[in-house]
Amino acid sequence: MSENRKSLISSTSGLSRRTALKGLGAAASLVAAPGFVRYGQAQSSAPIRIGFQCHRTGIGAAYGRWYERVTTAAVKRINDAGGINGRPLEIVIEDDGTDPKRGAEVVEKFANQHKVDLVYGTLFSHVVVGSAPAAGELKIPYYVVSEGYHVASGKLNRYCVQPGITDVKAQVRSVAPWIASNLGKKVTLVYPDYAFGHDHRDFFEPAIKAQGGEVVAKVPIPPTESSFTRYFPQIPSDTDVIYHVMVGPAVLTFVKEMGEFFGSGGPQLFGFIDSLEAVDIASPGLGFLEGSHFWEGMPRYAQPDQPDYVTAYREAVGIDDNGASAKDAKDISTAAHMFGCWETLNVIKAAMEACDYKGVDDRAAMIEATEAMTDMEAGPDHPQGKKLFNGKIHQVFGEQNISQVAEGKLKVVHRTSIEDGAYEPEADYTTMSF
Amino acid sequence: MTRLSPSAKSIALHVGVVLLLLALNVLLPEYHRGVLARVLVLAVFAMGYNLAFGYTGLLSLGHAMFFAAGLYGAGLTVYHLEWSVWPAFATGLVAGTALALVVGFLALRTTGVAFMIVTLMFAQVFYLTTLYFTTYTRGEEGLVLPQAARVLAFPGGVLNLSDPSTRYLVALALFALVLAVTLFLARAPFGRSLVAIRENEERMRMLGYDVFANKLASVVLSGLVCAAAGAAYAVLFGYVGSGFAAIQYSILPLLWVLVGGAATTLGPLIGTLFMFYVIDTASSYTTAHLLVVGLVLIGVILFFPKGIAGTVRERWLPWLP
Repeated sequence: MSENRKSLISSTSGLSRRTALKGLGAAASLVAAPGFVRYGQAQSSAPIRIGFQCHRTGIGAAYGRWYERVTTAAVKRINDAGGINGRPLEIVIEDDGTDPKRGAEVVEKFANQHKVDLVYGTLFSHVVVGSAPAAGELKIPYYVVSEGYHVASGKLNRYCVQPGITDVKAQVRSVAPWIASNLGKKVTLVYPDYAFGHDHRDFFEPAIKAQGGEVVAKVPIPPTESSFTRYFPQIPSDTDVIYHVMVGPAVLTFVKEMGEFFGSGGPQLFGFIDSLEAVDIASPGLGFLEGSHFWEGMPRYAQPDQPDYVTAYREAVGIDDNGASAKDAKDISTAAHMFGCWETLNVIKAAMEACDYKGVDDRAAMIEATEAMTDMEAGPDHPQGKKLFNGKIHQVFGEQNISQVAEGKLKVVHRTSIEDGAYEPEADYTTMSF
Repeated sequence: MTRLSPSAKSIALHVGVVLLLLALNVLLPEYHRGVLARVLVLAVFAMGYNLAFGYTGLLSLGHAMFFAAGLYGAGLTVYHLEWSVWPAFATGLVAGTALALVVGFLALRTTGVAFMIVTLMFAQVFYLTTLYFTTYTRGEEGLVLPQAARVLAFPGGVLNLSDPSTRYLVALALFALVLAVTLFLARAPFGRSLVAIRENEERMRMLGYDVFANKLASVVLSGLVCAAAGAAYAVLFGYVGSGFAAIQYSILPLLWVLVGGAATTLGPLIGTLFMFYVIDTASSYTTAHLLVVGLVLIGVILFFPKGIAGTVRERWLPWLP
């Protein structure tokens, strides 16, 4: 052993010219790497740069792909109309891998290396929560499109805003009255046993009670489960409605096994389309969903009575009447959520124009301009519908769609009001310092 | 000029590394300073793992639980009990150490593949426990520790841990402390007996060493260092989430140590830093960055079969600890 070591040392000791050149080359490429590039300060005519924290890989990749497409379409529309304050909008994308640690690093990269004006576009709650401290410390506006209750809870910071998509608490409260009136008052909740599922459990129960209904059973499913048959006997026989919010790859198995368990009878079903975003409703095994109902933020399928601005929006983001990519009918969109990117970018534009945004020194003014917003009318900037922004909790409220699966497609049967989802704010970001 | 002894060389090198890292606090561009602060904390995690894997030869697939025990020990006490950073950090250390003692006591009854599986199972139980108590932990979504609570109180004043420079220096202080402990251990009889156990457990037993006690001490010390990294991560970066308890964070320190060089004092830092920049750079150019990571790892294995520091030691610097 020692002889081997000795021979290795003697044969390779000392720096050869080749080794030195390799080292120099490596050092040069390190210096030339993106991190060491010095970016000049933005000039008044320079583009406004938005860092898009994108789930390009990881569990959120299907959402990320569509968020990116909608972002590209929305930016094109804004730039075609003259940009923001006469300046074009430029998107800088970094992949966060749908990971909270990487998310925080990406926010730091946007702020300190790319020197963007703000960060935007995050969907998954854990990435938002993981990134929020970095945004607050770096004092960079963080406009998320996440539908989590995290922003509205007041637990983040003044730089975190969610102006383009409603939060889960409002969504759950919105659908409760319709469920109680149309499907039944005795509800069994089937939900994943982690934060996302717990939000539904905790927000739905008081909401259905307020409608004279009750939650007759709660069936939490551990996140490691891949087969669900053994949980179905826990559903009481007097259940009127099964409220299900399973997500992830197991959802197809879940729905299929539920169909096998209940057959053609069984309780009514109400689910959140989150379970089936980017999944074709006509997939094998999902036939059991025929006649069941789903919450949708924005309808996946083109509706016969949709306004012209919705048609224009769908065309701009590249989806056909079935909510699939216009270029590939098998590439199903995440229509119920991705409109949030379009609307958030329009809110960013409005806020920057309201505060006459010039550069990073106006970041606080931009947040204040956003906080001052209230009503947002339905139209080309807000194709999902009208909104009401609450500046205290940095959260927007809006209308929701309840759709029924009919002939393998989702047809909107009810549209809730903003008031249906309203709740008392639990925080006030405007009292926090910048 | 008199030649330095290997011992003096290694001490000079380690002091030099710490001084270089100190200088980088003012020399590095802002983004890279932030990166290095995070890498230093994660390198401490890797150094903790290295104690068990590198020096003692215990291939654990469950070290995420020790990191996460520190993370939650510190994070939950700050968040729910509004404790200040010192007692919260201490809670993290106690949580990680106690867990390592229990897990080590049970898992060390096995060896080899069985040890890997048992540690993996314990870590999975810990991970699912963090999800089960979502009411308190917010599970995978996690918790944000208020910025106002992340201050380190001293008799003469306070240090704001969310300030980039302070955070860097605190991370460096922890790193330097653990580096010094590792260096000391590597040269101390205890460290040498761990290496001997790794090389020939039977012979050590025959020589009269209590192998189980030494291995248990190694796991406990390893758990303590990993918990220190986790607790530091919570208070320095303000986020606590169950993702840090998932299997990924058991594999990562193994990877960092393998790349940097197992049973080397500086290998964990080199591996952690190297892997961070490979991912950071590759993900800026392609969504297939994991493919790039894979190719780079194959390259490292081909040209640095004992990890970067391990191969440097083998080929050029035999005195490298």
